[in-house]
Amino acid sequence: MLLGLLIAPSARAAQDDLDRLMALLAEREHGHVSFVEEDYLAVLERPLHSSGELFYDRPERIEKRTLAPHPASVILDHDTVTLEARGHTHVVALRDYPQVAPLVESLRATLAGDRQALEKIFQITFEGSLEHWTLALVPLDTKLKGVAQRIRIDGARDELQTLTILLADGDHSVMTIGASMPP
Amino acid sequence: MTRLRVVRIALWLGAMVLAAVIVARANYTADLSAFLPRAPSERQRLLVDQLRDGPASRLLLIAIEGGNAQARAQLSRAIAQQLRGDAAFSTVDDGEPVSEERDRDFLSAHRYLLSESVTPQRFTVEGLNAAIDDTIASLATPAGLVAKSLLPSDPTGEFLQVLNQLDPSVQPRSTAGVWSSLDGARALLVASMRASGSDIDAAERAVQAIRAAFAAAQRASGTPAVRAAQLLVTGAPLFAVEARATIRHEAVRLSIVSTVLIVTLLLAVYRSVPVLLLGLLPVTSGALAGIAAVALGFGVVHGITLAFGITLIGESVDYSIYLFVQSRGAPAGTVESERRARVLWRTILLGVLTSVCGFASLLPSDFPGLAQLGLYSIAGLIAAAAVTRFVLPSLMPRAFQVRDLTPLGDMAARILLRVRAWRWLLSIVAILAVVALYLQRDALWNRDLAALSPTPARAQALYATLRADLGAPDVSDFVVVSGADLQTVLRACENIAMALDPLISARTIGSFDSPARYLPSMATQAARRASLPDPQELRARLHAATAALAVRAERLEPFIEDVARARTAPLLTLADLQGTSFATGFDALMMHQHDRWIALLPLHAAQATVAPAASAMQQLRSALERAAPGQAQLLNLKSESDALYASYLSEALRLSAAGLAAIVVLLLVTLRSPARVARVVAPLVLAVLAVAAALLFGGRSLTILHLIGMLLIVAVGSNYALFFDRTRTDQHAGTAPLTLASLLIANATTVVGFGVLAFSQVPVLAALGSTVAPGAFLALVFSAALSRAPPTRPNP
Repeated sequence: MLLGLLIAPSARAAQDDLDRLMALLAEREHGHVSFVEEDYLAVLERPLHSSGELFYDRPERIEKRTLAPHPASVILDHDTVTLEARGHTHVVALRDYPQVAPLVESLRATLAGDRQALEKIFQITFEGSLEHWTLALVPLDTKLKGVAQRIRIDGARDELQTLTILLADGDHSVMTIGASMPP
Repeated sequence: MTRLRVVRIALWLGAMVLAAVIVARANYTADLSAFLPRAPSERQRLLVDQLRDGPASRLLLIAIEGGNAQARAQLSRAIAQQLRGDAAFSTVDDGEPVSEERDRDFLSAHRYLLSESVTPQRFTVEGLNAAIDDTIASLATPAGLVAKSLLPSDPTGEFLQVLNQLDPSVQPRSTAGVWSSLDGARALLVASMRASGSDIDAAERAVQAIRAAFAAAQRASGTPAVRAAQLLVTGAPLFAVEARATIRHEAVRLSIVSTVLIVTLLLAVYRSVPVLLLGLLPVTSGALAGIAAVALGFGVVHGITLAFGITLIGESVDYSIYLFVQSRGAPAGTVESERRARVLWRTILLGVLTSVCGFASLLPSDFPGLAQLGLYSIAGLIAAAAVTRFVLPSLMPRAFQVRDLTPLGDMAARILLRVRAWRWLLSIVAILAVVALYLQRDALWNRDLAALSPTPARAQALYATLRADLGAPDVSDFVVVSGADLQTVLRACENIAMALDPLISARTIGSFDSPARYLPSMATQAARRASLPDPQELRARLHAATAALAVRAERLEPFIEDVARARTAPLLTLADLQGTSFATGFDALMMHQHDRWIALLPLHAAQATVAPAASAMQQLRSALERAAPGQAQLLNLKSESDALYASYLSEALRLSAAGLAAIVVLLLVTLRSPARVARVVAPLVLAVLAVAAALLFGGRSLTILHLIGMLLIVAVGSNYALFFDRTRTDQHAGTAPLTLASLLIANATTVVGFGVLAFSQVPVLAALGSTVAPGAFLALVFSAALSRAPPTRPNP
């Protein structure tokens, strides 16, 4: 009981901070940033390095455009995912890929400050303060757990700094988000 | 009863029984083949084969609307499952991954035979290094999740290469696990009939099977959303089924309507059922003879020809009208009646010969439908005239008398006087018509084959919508490759693919499909297999190739095993494709017909909405000529079919002109006076011009069927003109008012018969009706106006 009283205020504070963070994120209409990604794959001897740019238009459109070493892009627009690589374009409906869709959704919903959407798929833990925060997302669905174990997003106020995805097989990727670029 | 009468009646009865037997045993068809010309050139034959039996002719597009997405998907799956078990369909696809696993296994197992990047160079140290480096780089892309698991066994990325090779450039959208339109509001299925597209009975069964499957699926579930869903079916087989139903339905309906109208009209005139029945004898005899002649001459009778049969009522009923009305006052069997019949016969004979000249011009037509109409008309008219001449007088009872139609004739004579006073108007009509036709000369003829299509525009629009939904707009540009055996054709396809690749890089064309992607030629497969090094060698090269890469060669042992297996595996044959979805893809692009293999390589434009430019087509043609000399053709379905139709139109125009010339020569020989010939021909030409101008003003451009209608105007109208001509010259012509009365009645039956046709749903019949009904009326009025002396009224 006492313990509960001790924990409750801090938990409530975290809840409040999460709400405030979400409200802060929701204010952003557009975003254009550079990114650097390191993929740590068991099959490879050393991490794979790639870089490119991210585009965001509130609330439903997000594009990850990889420029090096291989140009490729993935665009999420509402429910439609467009994949482009090696001159081939695939258009698929997000809801038809229940295993992969949440991974994309984690980034979109965070950028949009859409707490409801996030909580549908993940169990959210907020740590730190608005100045320096960390969101840990753990899939609720067991099927999705078979793909990704955990997603971690670090940021400062309304800027995302790193996105770490730990896959079920132990491979992981760390995306470091750079400064804002002109739209 | 004289012996002559008995012999005539016996001969006629015998001929009718024979004709009836032939008619009863004849084959009937109602498909559109009559309007697909007998194609003279190979390219045109390919075109006609494409339209008749090609993959598109077997394709049925199915859509489910209404309800909700779950209900539509549920119905789509149920229909697909039901139809997959139906032998009438070769493939049914609703976007479910039914053969996905088998497809993946097939591509994976045969990737070294199928991948276009398998060359000896690919398996050198440099080649391996570049390919593996490429694959590693792709791991950072969204496709990386798949590529990662494939890396140990397929580090050069052949599986993904094959997938990309076979991947259609656009895939239908998927909603709730099945194909849907872009907005998700319609679930979509594609079913391909096993039977040829020209087998309309099979098409009808296929369409029924689809509807039954939908109904059964709806009953089985019965939730409100499922019950609210609706089925849409479209595609060439359905069009053929509906066209046949419409033609059948119309032939029956219009025959009944015009028969009732004409019978009512004649009853009002004759006021005697026996006379009416006698009057219909030449008509039925003519129809029987016409169908029998077509059955004997063509082996098969087209539905359009049958429908056309009712138009023959219009002319052949005239003969008995002339006989009955004009022989009034001379009881049958008397010397007077025989004399009058002989005189009448001369005019009718000339009229029949004139019509025969007109219709004979159709006989050499390359449109089987038109040639049938020509033969039908000639045989029918000759039979009807012969029965009128030789049989009817013998059957007419001695006391035979039709109503006295002199009052009608007198009234007609008074009108005639007025009409003649206004004859100067005709020159204005002529000038107006000629000017109008001249001004519209470019839009005069409709050069679009679709103008003859009995498929309503609404149905065509639904088809186009569903094609677009599927992301597969109709392709109209094809490279067609043909050869005596499969391997030759596949080789040619591969050579062409190599020639087309630079054109894709240059954006001259967007992309193309080829059957050789699904099944490479034996030679190509063997070359690919031969470029795989043995395990020892491969291992050594891999070590060198991966020295500077992020992956260690030891991890790639599965790759060495797979390559070793591929080195000894047999080459792929057509049978190996069975059970995968690639069999469908292959079948859609390769046909086996008349002991020849024909490959179709659809060309997709660089920009979806823009057809390849003329210069691009020229580049394509020369590329094809270099790659596969004499084996490949460039085919544009639309322009090719329009060009074909245009050539038949100009052929028909030439033939009609020849028919008109023959009519003029015939009249010159029999009338022996250019002035009289001019007076007979002028009203007919004038009527044709006026009708053509009126049709153009009504916003219609003329098709080949309007041309046939004009021939009919000349055929029917020539009788009127000849009677007016005779009235003036022949004092034994019977009483003029009776002639006028008979012409009025004959004209009324023709206008009624063809007027009914003008309301037909079948464009072909509507065109005939809307041309002939006003044309026949104008021919009568113009003939009257241009006739010379006023008919003298002899004393009774």
